[in-house]
Amino acid sequence: MNELEFLTWTRGPGLDIAVGIFLLGVLWRLIEIYTLGRKKDLAAPRHAAGASGLHTVFRRSLPPPGMLKRSPVSYIGGYIFHIGLAIIVFLGAPHILLIQNLVGLSWPSLPSQFIGLTAVVTMAAMVVMLADRINKPVKRFLSTFEDWFTWAVTFLPVLTGWMATQHLLLPYTQMLALHILSAEILLVVLPFSKLFHGFTLFGSRWYNGRVNAHKGVPV
Amino acid sequence: MQGPLIDTLARRGVTRRTFLKYCATLASMMALPPTAGRAMAEAMAAARRPSVIWLPFQECTGCTESITRSHSPTIEGMIFDMISLDYQETLMAAAGHQAEEALHAAMQDNAGKYLLIVDGSIPLGQDGAYSCIGGRSNVDILKEAAQGAAAVIAVGSCASFGGIPKANPNPTGAVSVSDLVKDKPIVNIPGCPPIPVVMTGVLAHYLTFGSLPELDDKGRPKSFFGETIHDRCYRRPFYDQGKFAKTFDDEGARQGWCLFELGCKGPVTHNACATVKWNGGTSWPVESGHGCLGCSEPDFWDGGGFYKALSAPADPLKFAAAAAVVGAGAGVAVSVANRVKKSAAKATHETTTLADLEK
Repeated sequence: MNELEFLTWTRGPGLDIAVGIFLLGVLWRLIEIYTLGRKKDLAAPRHAAGASGLHTVFRRSLPPPGMLKRSPVSYIGGYIFHIGLAIIVFLGAPHILLIQNLVGLSWPSLPSQFIGLTAVVTMAAMVVMLADRINKPVKRFLSTFEDWFTWAVTFLPVLTGWMATQHLLLPYTQMLALHILSAEILLVVLPFSKLFHGFTLFGSRWYNGRVNAHKGVPV
Repeated sequence: MQGPLIDTLARRGVTRRTFLKYCATLASMMALPPTAGRAMAEAMAAARRPSVIWLPFQECTGCTESITRSHSPTIEGMIFDMISLDYQETLMAAAGHQAEEALHAAMQDNAGKYLLIVDGSIPLGQDGAYSCIGGRSNVDILKEAAQGAAAVIAVGSCASFGGIPKANPNPTGAVSVSDLVKDKPIVNIPGCPPIPVVMTGVLAHYLTFGSLPELDDKGRPKSFFGETIHDRCYRRPFYDQGKFAKTFDDEGARQGWCLFELGCKGPVTHNACATVKWNGGTSWPVESGHGCLGCSEPDFWDGGGFYKALSAPADPLKFAAAAAVVGAGAGVAVSVANRVKKSAAKATHETTTLADLEK
């Protein structure tokens, strides 16, 4: 298999398989989670200011008082790399083109130099967060294989995409094929790992907020 | 400078200055040091015309058209004349048995020294019967001719990589020259067709240094195939700015914006079109408004569609809908199982009393 055949495979059968597993996994888990249901809370609802599902959805995006100072790397690094990933994935021209080809929607893109810079900042934030996870004994103790693994499958598409556009290490064709392959691995892993928070994040926040609001506790 | 070539050129009205300029240009295009231009001129001027045998196999003659017609009025064409082209079916006056005799005479007289140029792929299906010359299959002729060759130059994508005859489903069992010839130095000059100056450049290098130029991992001269079309494209700034033509006649296309979204394969194609251009430097595909097809890369016909952007799926998603249905089915099945479990737990639930705890 030469590199163009490898690239064609990643754009063809590889993408087919990855998107297939991704859709299968996402629908499976979403349906499974949202049909679990909970017993109705028969207690009389209490009311407190700021206690509701919607409040919690927004409140949990901000660090609780004092936490930013105690754990700045987690919050600042986390913000940077999440926003960076969103910019790269949703505002990079080739990615928009992919989305347009898959679902028919498209929107204006940002200049490739800006996307390149965003990728560098995103990778820097991710590396700092990894170093922090290794250095802090508590974080390291709490980390499981899944944490290291999901970090890697998130980091690799950014790294290979950036290296492909900057023409580093390998010829563009090979690097582009590796980039697409790494993104496909991410698609396959996403529904079955903690990366699924991309789908469940707001639902679970709303749920927690709602349950606690019933008890009159703003969380 | 003295020699058979410089004399012939002088008779044709080509001045020494023009010839030196040509050699210097050629040397710089091949990324050789400046002194190489002079060495090239001296070697070529003095060169005895080496015998060149050109074998056409499963091909469309586009390579010959490219090399002869587009450059025949230029000095490249003349240099090309200056080699002893002993067998070339399209260009030679002889035909039939006469032509075959010329071929055998050239092979015998120059055994071990001639350059063998091949264009077209070689079919292996049906014992090679898909393409025959003078009653002999291409594979037989190639094996015989390659034996006495100093080197083989595979001209065009078919000879280099199999080209369109090898495209899926490859009905004739077509293969490239390098699939068959293993014991001779081979230079691949792919392209559909290849750029004429690449061909003359390789010949000039051979005449000057007695060796073939430095090749990449696909056997292509690095000096011409070292960079991608995209790297040297004059529309590259638009790619970097995110300005793309969306259709072939929109405002972006008229403004000369990047053709990436219209399926340009420039980013993955190694060739010199963007710098050397075509038809004596007149234009090249991207300049005339069409994306690069990637014709100098192996199996470019099966590369996922000429008009699909490299970042877009090569094929429509085949089983996305089926996967979604299966996923939803699995989700429903698991949730039913969970509910059954919950109901069963509820049904077998026994109320614990104070008396139970005191037992």
